[in-house]
Amino acid sequence: MTDIRPEAVGVTIEGVSLSFGTTQVLKGVSLTIEPGEFFTFLGPSGSGKSTLLRAIAGFGPVPGGRILIGGDDVTHLAPWHRNVGMVFQSYALWPHMTVRKNVAFGLEERKIPARDIRGRVDAALSLIGLLDLADRRPSQLSGGQQQRVALARTIVVEPRVLLLDEPLSNLDANLRIQMRREILELQRKLKLTTIFVTHDQEEANTTSDRIALLNDGVIQQVGSPMELYDNPANRFVADFLGTANLIDGRVEKGQDKITFQADDGTLIPLNGTGVEAGPGTAMFRPQDLTIRKPGEDADDGAVLPGRVQHREFLGSLIRYAIRVGDNVILVDDSHQAGRPVFDVGDDVALRLSVGQVRILAG
Amino acid sequence: MNSFSRSQWGAGGLALLIGLFLFVFLIVPVVKVVYVAFQDPNTGALTLINFVDFFNTSLFRESFLNSIYVAGGAVLLASLISIPLAYFTTRFNFGGAVLIQTLGIVPLIMPPFVGAVAMLLLFGENGSVNLLIDEWFGFTIPFMEGLNGVILVEAIHYFPFILINLSAALLNIDSAMEESAQNLGASGTRLFRRIVFPLAMPGYVAGASLVFLKVFDDLGTPLLLNINNMLAPQAYLRISSIGISDPMGYVISVILVVFSLFSLWVSFLALKNKDYATVQKGGGGLMKRDLRPWEKIGCYAVIILILLMVLSPHIGLALLSFGTVWSYSVLPDAYTFAHYGNVFRTATQYISNTLLYAGLAALIDVVLGTAIAYIVWRTGLIGRKWLDYIAMGAVAVPGVVLGIGYLRTFVEFNVPIIDKPLSSWWVIIVIALVIRRLPYALRACMAGLQQVSIMLEEAAENLGATKTRTVRRIVVPLMSGGIMAGFIISFATASVELSATIMLVSAESDAPLAYGIYEFMQSAAGRGPGAALGIVAVLIVGIATYISHRVIKRREKELAPGVAVAAQGV
Repeated sequence: MTDIRPEAVGVTIEGVSLSFGTTQVLKGVSLTIEPGEFFTFLGPSGSGKSTLLRAIAGFGPVPGGRILIGGDDVTHLAPWHRNVGMVFQSYALWPHMTVRKNVAFGLEERKIPARDIRGRVDAALSLIGLLDLADRRPSQLSGGQQQRVALARTIVVEPRVLLLDEPLSNLDANLRIQMRREILELQRKLKLTTIFVTHDQEEANTTSDRIALLNDGVIQQVGSPMELYDNPANRFVADFLGTANLIDGRVEKGQDKITFQADDGTLIPLNGTGVEAGPGTAMFRPQDLTIRKPGEDADDGAVLPGRVQHREFLGSLIRYAIRVGDNVILVDDSHQAGRPVFDVGDDVALRLSVGQVRILAG
Repeated sequence: MNSFSRSQWGAGGLALLIGLFLFVFLIVPVVKVVYVAFQDPNTGALTLINFVDFFNTSLFRESFLNSIYVAGGAVLLASLISIPLAYFTTRFNFGGAVLIQTLGIVPLIMPPFVGAVAMLLLFGENGSVNLLIDEWFGFTIPFMEGLNGVILVEAIHYFPFILINLSAALLNIDSAMEESAQNLGASGTRLFRRIVFPLAMPGYVAGASLVFLKVFDDLGTPLLLNINNMLAPQAYLRISSIGISDPMGYVISVILVVFSLFSLWVSFLALKNKDYATVQKGGGGLMKRDLRPWEKIGCYAVIILILLMVLSPHIGLALLSFGTVWSYSVLPDAYTFAHYGNVFRTATQYISNTLLYAGLAALIDVVLGTAIAYIVWRTGLIGRKWLDYIAMGAVAVPGVVLGIGYLRTFVEFNVPIIDKPLSSWWVIIVIALVIRRLPYALRACMAGLQQVSIMLEEAAENLGATKTRTVRRIVVPLMSGGIMAGFIISFATASVELSATIMLVSAESDAPLAYGIYEFMQSAAGRGPGAALGIVAVLIVGIATYISHRVIKRREKELAPGVAVAAQGV
């Protein structure tokens, strides 16, 4: 088969701003996406992630700032001159064309000789495993098959960058997991720089080399999925990725130890290197705490006395909401049959190892 | 017997009654017409001789070709009017959209034949426009010459069918359809030719074939313009002058039905399996762009020109109804209310007859429509779909054909007590209107019922309401928007129907508005009062349309939250 293996290029976004009427959707976004990277724009709806992706493809108003693809400034280039492949959320397969015609379209627009088109379409269709459905209409395909055709239609033209706009959101849960693996596998095979837009953190975590988390038109943090989860830059990142306990207070530096004093007086010792004194927010995950009866041993770390306010059984774990001072702290306790369970109203002691607490600038 | 099967029996009986009504007043007359067309007038044996005679007569051959020419020409002209309008509204951010939407409704509130005479005075050889052109440029344009006049009048009247269908098709195209093509390298005219145009095509073809059907069947406009060498006028003239035994009227009827079926088939094919409603969640219509100032001026110029043309029958009719003498001059010599006075002294029976006939017909239509909709969607009766198909089949029966069928079928049926044939009793006009307008009312009622979730009915039954009471207390109130819309559409169109009624009016005192206008317009002296009567008709239809619009909007608002929640559960 014909190799679909374009030279991977990077994408640079420099101070991109964009408004719809008086609403500013992107506020000075800057990013560098490396050649061959699987990069994700993650964020809640309205964060500007799709707008940014569409700006890279050339759709929507011309943004302020610059967009470079493989070093070329494409900011003012028409969409049809950019050679970036985009897979639309709705797939946007043309209902009046067969699968084969849909896939051949981009090659025809590029004035590829007809004899070459057939081979390349066949190659792309076998790559996604749908060669035998080439003469069907899109309406005769399942959602997953339509998704694959949309992918084939895009990669067959050997775009310099692959853009995926929430491509999995119209699929059911099982298919979504399967398709995201297939997309990742394809991306690795083609070594194609890929930008993926999603609001689903699991999708982002499982596929991405790096994630840019957007909120309100501003990039909150860029990094690998684990970096973002373990070292969130701010409250928004901490809260958006997983569940976080966030307690407001201030960092106090004594002679030999550093502590975090919450606004309600609760003290949490820190092993802080590189932590500045002053107001801030302490962040730790529910799985960073262990829950015990009061008075049981506590070697290092902090012991926070509290009372069970609420309990949810989630199968592999039990999530407790514990009232500690003025705060409610979520604690995950892994569950096995026969293991003791605390009831609402029980007094408990929470143990928090000092190394797990992150201080977010407040 | 439990109450469930009792309600099934009730529905079955109702279905049988409706079926019987449709059989007697739709199927039998049409079959009769077809049968007579294939019957030797002397021996009564089946034969093709009538068709041979038809095509051997040069007048009929000419009429046949003229009808096709006029219908085709009207489709072409209507396309020229509606394509730019549809394009402007769907592609550009453009303030004229409201104007264009109005354009789409205005012609429909006046039947084409009403404005035909006024169009002669505006665009005829010695009409206002040609007088001006002659004065300024020294030549005239034969807008209304012969068949041109029919084409112009019909196109101006029927172009909204194309405009509405084409606009809907264009609006239903998801912007992602276009963007994905751009993303793959297509732009400009290629993008339009390969993506936008094919996706909008089914809507266009559906609209265009409807226009063809309507124009091909239309009787009033050619009659008013005194064009007799077309099929529908020939059928009417043969039957009304030679009599109901002349086979040519029946042959023409068969041809009209065949072409109607053909047009409907084309429209059906265009839309079948091409549910191109491609808008998905989050997707909008086609991308719109802003117009540059000079483009905006151009757009408005085109729209105002078309608006003037579309409104010209109304303007002409108003001038005619207020004018004293209007001949060989750009505008009438003087203005007067005399024609209205004349109409209200002598012609009020036309108006009251119309209100009675159209009102009755619309009422019966919505009762039938509601019943059929309920039977089709909510019962398991065998063959229930056929009620729907047969009722909708009335669309394919031209008014002339139904009129001829009634004359032929019911002339032998004597109504007791009043002792005259059913075919010359005024009730037959109402029945003809019921059959002609049933498809419109039925579609509106079906749409109304589809909005009512079956869960709302189940909730009522769960709380102890019987089927009958559920229909009365839950279903009918919830679909009242659709029922109301069906009533008004039936009423408005029935009140200006001419082609079937013109054949069935047996006494002046039984005649409706449309017939009265036709009678008045026959003489030069009657044009003023005829126009005044036309304005009355326009007002009746216009007011009815406006009220329906208001009622539907209000119902939508009232029911919106409840219906939306219920619809999610379906």
